[in-house]
Amino acid sequence: MNAARRDRGGWLPVYVVAYLIFLYLPVALIPLFSFNDSIQAAFPLKGFTLAWYQGLAGNEALRDALMTSIGIGLSAAFVATLCGITIAYGELAWGSRFHRLLSGLARMPILIPGVIVGIALLIAVNIAGLGPSRTAIVLGHVLVALPATVIVMRGSFQAIPKSIPEVAEDLGATDAVVFRRIMLPLALPAAAAAFMLAFLTSFDEFIVAFFLAGTQPTLPLYIWNQLRFPKSLPTVMALGTAILIFSILLAGTAELIRRRGLRRIPV
Amino acid sequence: MAARWGAEPAGRSSGPFRFALTLPGALVTLLLILFALSLLFVLAFRVNDSSLFGAGFTFDNFITVATDPLYGLVIVRSLVIAGLVTLATVVTAYPIAYYLSFHVGARRPLILFLVTLPFWTSYLLRVFAWKIVLAYNGVLNSALMLSGIWHSPSTAFLNTPAAVVLTLAHAYAPFAILPILVSLDTIPRSLTEAAADLGARPFTAFRRVILPNSMPGVLAGAVVVFVPTVGDYVTPALVGGPSSTMIGTLIQAEFGKAQDWPFGSALAVVVMLVILAVIVAVRFADRRFGSRA
Repeated sequence: MNAARRDRGGWLPVYVVAYLIFLYLPVALIPLFSFNDSIQAAFPLKGFTLAWYQGLAGNEALRDALMTSIGIGLSAAFVATLCGITIAYGELAWGSRFHRLLSGLARMPILIPGVIVGIALLIAVNIAGLGPSRTAIVLGHVLVALPATVIVMRGSFQAIPKSIPEVAEDLGATDAVVFRRIMLPLALPAAAAAFMLAFLTSFDEFIVAFFLAGTQPTLPLYIWNQLRFPKSLPTVMALGTAILIFSILLAGTAELIRRRGLRRIPV
Repeated sequence: MAARWGAEPAGRSSGPFRFALTLPGALVTLLLILFALSLLFVLAFRVNDSSLFGAGFTFDNFITVATDPLYGLVIVRSLVIAGLVTLATVVTAYPIAYYLSFHVGARRPLILFLVTLPFWTSYLLRVFAWKIVLAYNGVLNSALMLSGIWHSPSTAFLNTPAAVVLTLAHAYAPFAILPILVSLDTIPRSLTEAAADLGARPFTAFRRVILPNSMPGVLAGAVVVFVPTVGDYVTPALVGGPSSTMIGTLIQAEFGKAQDWPFGSALAVVVMLVILAVIVAVRFADRRFGSRA
């Protein structure tokens, strides 16, 4: 062991703290100004108020957008997680050329900018006669979330020692029983984490939804429309703070579940 | 990667089960991804007659992209901005991943969580936060004036390409950390110990052993940041101003106000080809310079 391995990293901890400050400082301004008694987001602060939060409560367009986003997020997360589980399982359990192709295709949206995913689906849903709609946004968000769910589920299935399904097969379990009674239960925490990550991805997604939205805006589309009006700025920041807290809670829960899942896998 | 368990159904009929398990993924990937991209590709060769799927067959869309200097300029600008963002993101992320992999110890889960958390907060608001910081009556100007460094607010911050680079680098910062961390974690610790035993100083060991071995993660991180930033149109619209229009803005306009879907599709196809070329070039360069990617 030489000196570099024994110490705590020299200046590195200082750098990490500076990096975290850079990461959080602009984000922290949003809650800060959401309590500020002024239309303008500038220093010095004017005074404390909860008026912007009260404005959120009775806003019907906002509530509709929130409901739309939650509905779309749950549907998209369900489909993306289902596909993530089955695609990853097909690739790892059977490994045929077709299953590997599916897995590769499913991870491809990482290499396509959102704007292109959006217009490609816009063309497709128009050709299919569906048109811009809630369903169209769900399809778009399935594509955006799919690479993450496939990658999470692959990692989870790979972490299960191969001897476990092999033993089950030797004892006479069919394909279906191996999947349903052994592999799926072991991968369930990862599936829950994948579902939450997919939901959060959809809930926050703007670029694809922008092209595919019909008459009902999602929450990010609602925020985008509000950003044009300086007067509604503080309300947007109050809304942003609420979303921030919600996202932190959900991301934290997903992380806890994922960690518990890792501990459950026998090694 | 051969088949693992279940390679031989051994006389038991698992066909229907395999079919059922394959179906949802096949529908989504083949129908949505392949079909939608093929439509986009075909539409790029159609003439705009303001019908849904255009008419005829033409190369005109691509000829316009190639000959009108506006598109070349905007594509190059998008590449430069995305390239700078990628460089900034990867270079600033590397020490974080290095610290997490080699030094942090027990606090690793906490720091990893803190670093990835902003990624789960609203993207629009993260971008918008920079508008608050950089605006004429924004945080930076009011702070500079309060502290007496500046006497009148400056318009030099907002609506510049630099603002776009800064904002995107901030928005995509956590993206690069995870792939680099994964590749650093897979480096056997015996390698660095061997380097030290053979007399390499820490920096030499880093440059000759750790850095080359972590290149796969660096490249993966670069791709994950580069791709979405090349096509971004939200950040240029909010903090960029007219001098930093990017290619995503133009594609979006063709599908919105301009109503020329075939031409917008051609732009999209060009962008995908450019991204493909960049990825191939990076892979080639990487193999040439002898990392393990």
